[in-house]
Amino acid sequence: MAEYEWMTDVRAMVGREYGRTYAWDRVNEAMIRQWCEVMGVVNPLYTDADVARQSEFGAIVAPPAMLQAWCLAGLNDEYPPGSTEESPYEVLKQIEAQGYPSVVAVNSELTFDRYITVGERLYYTTRLESISEEKTTGLGTGFFVTLIMTYFSEQPSAAEPDPGKFGSEQPSIEDEKVGELLFRVFKFRAAQRDESQANANKAKAADHENSAEKPAIKRPQPGVSDDTRFFWEGAREGKLLIQHCTACDRLQHPPGPVCMHCHAFELDSVEVSGGGELYSFVIMHYPEVPPFEHPNPIGLIELDEGVRLIAGLVDVDQDALEIGQRLQVEFRTFDDDLTLPLFRPASA
Amino acid sequence: MTSMNTQRFDDVTTGDTLPELSIPITVALITAGAIATRDYFPGHHDKDAARELGSPHIFMNILTTNGLVQRFVEGWAGPEARLGSLKIKLGAPNYPGDTMTFNGEVVSRDDSNRTVEVAIQGLNSMGKHVTGTVGVALP
Repeated sequence: MAEYEWMTDVRAMVGREYGRTYAWDRVNEAMIRQWCEVMGVVNPLYTDADVARQSEFGAIVAPPAMLQAWCLAGLNDEYPPGSTEESPYEVLKQIEAQGYPSVVAVNSELTFDRYITVGERLYYTTRLESISEEKTTGLGTGFFVTLIMTYFSEQPSAAEPDPGKFGSEQPSIEDEKVGELLFRVFKFRAAQRDESQANANKAKAADHENSAEKPAIKRPQPGVSDDTRFFWEGAREGKLLIQHCTACDRLQHPPGPVCMHCHAFELDSVEVSGGGELYSFVIMHYPEVPPFEHPNPIGLIELDEGVRLIAGLVDVDQDALEIGQRLQVEFRTFDDDLTLPLFRPASA
Repeated sequence: MTSMNTQRFDDVTTGDTLPELSIPITVALITAGAIATRDYFPGHHDKDAARELGSPHIFMNILTTNGLVQRFVEGWAGPEARLGSLKIKLGAPNYPGDTMTFNGEVVSRDDSNRTVEVAIQGLNSMGKHVTGTVGVALP
């Protein structure tokens, strides 16, 4: 599949490396203990100094799954001094600008080179590893973006360490890699189908329970003109009114400003019986249009008085509709303010 | 101290299953887990914010899921086991009121470094919250 032109700039970012992001705190017993308390981790290696001293580490170590937590920004969304100003997530903003607003994390793959001992200071650097082709999943259409964070333990420099100095800008080649995180997200545009389905369900719920959650989708209102107003007003009163020419005494539908038979302007309306025959019909399967029934049966009805009109069919067995079958008008009111003439099978 | 047995590499065979672990998902666990992992994203502690994101309630963050996976595997492997990797794929969110049940199985052994690979999954009422593998070095 051909790529979008804008992807050229986005793809050019792949392989880009981003600078250091430091941890606010050195690895410490308090944060470790609280993490273990919440997670329900009971391994004494992380909380019991005596047990830890006898281990190969000689001191308390951090639970490996905690690696990522040390270097998060925290409540104020700020990183410690010395951290890079660049955002490794800038690529997501670029993709978002092209109409892919949603994001979901897909994979988190941690690897641990070694356990980390209390007192160590961590930082990580980030590399934009890859961007997939455009893919469509159950969620929608978009791109898988993979970042790799490499975690280091900052080694005290050979010179006197300056405790006030935070996050030296100089690359210290002796810093030791302690782990890695491969993080993959799906940056996508939600599937349209899901939305219309959700809306249809909401409309149904609203119909049934008058749910206050979200405004229900209403029936479209008819366009009413001076020529057609009588028809809709009649429906509101439960009358099926058809336009009648007083000059030639014939009926016509739909209503217009002039008689289609004799071109006279002298028009009024008469109430008809509402009985008729199914002249033709269609069952609309696609597209699904809430709040209409789906599939939606629509009939062309020839009234006993001789004119035909189009109307929705109700209470019909969609598989058993037959040309010529007897129908009877039924008025139904929707959304409290719209009354429509619909047709159902005439009772025998 | 809780009696904690450590699995010995020589005693573990491919196909061994881990004891199941059920974890009730609560508002307290989700929020405390988010804060203990320094993750202040509103969807993990603010119900209104979560709803605006289209979620029915706050949902568990990935770092807490990672912690619970470690708990599950370490609970079986014991305090002398050393984790080499923890790789997960995320699925159905963990919402309060649900229960996540972990099961796991040893899927491979490597004699050269006395490491086993455990395949895990954490299931909630909607399906798979998490699937993945954990590499563990055993004494």
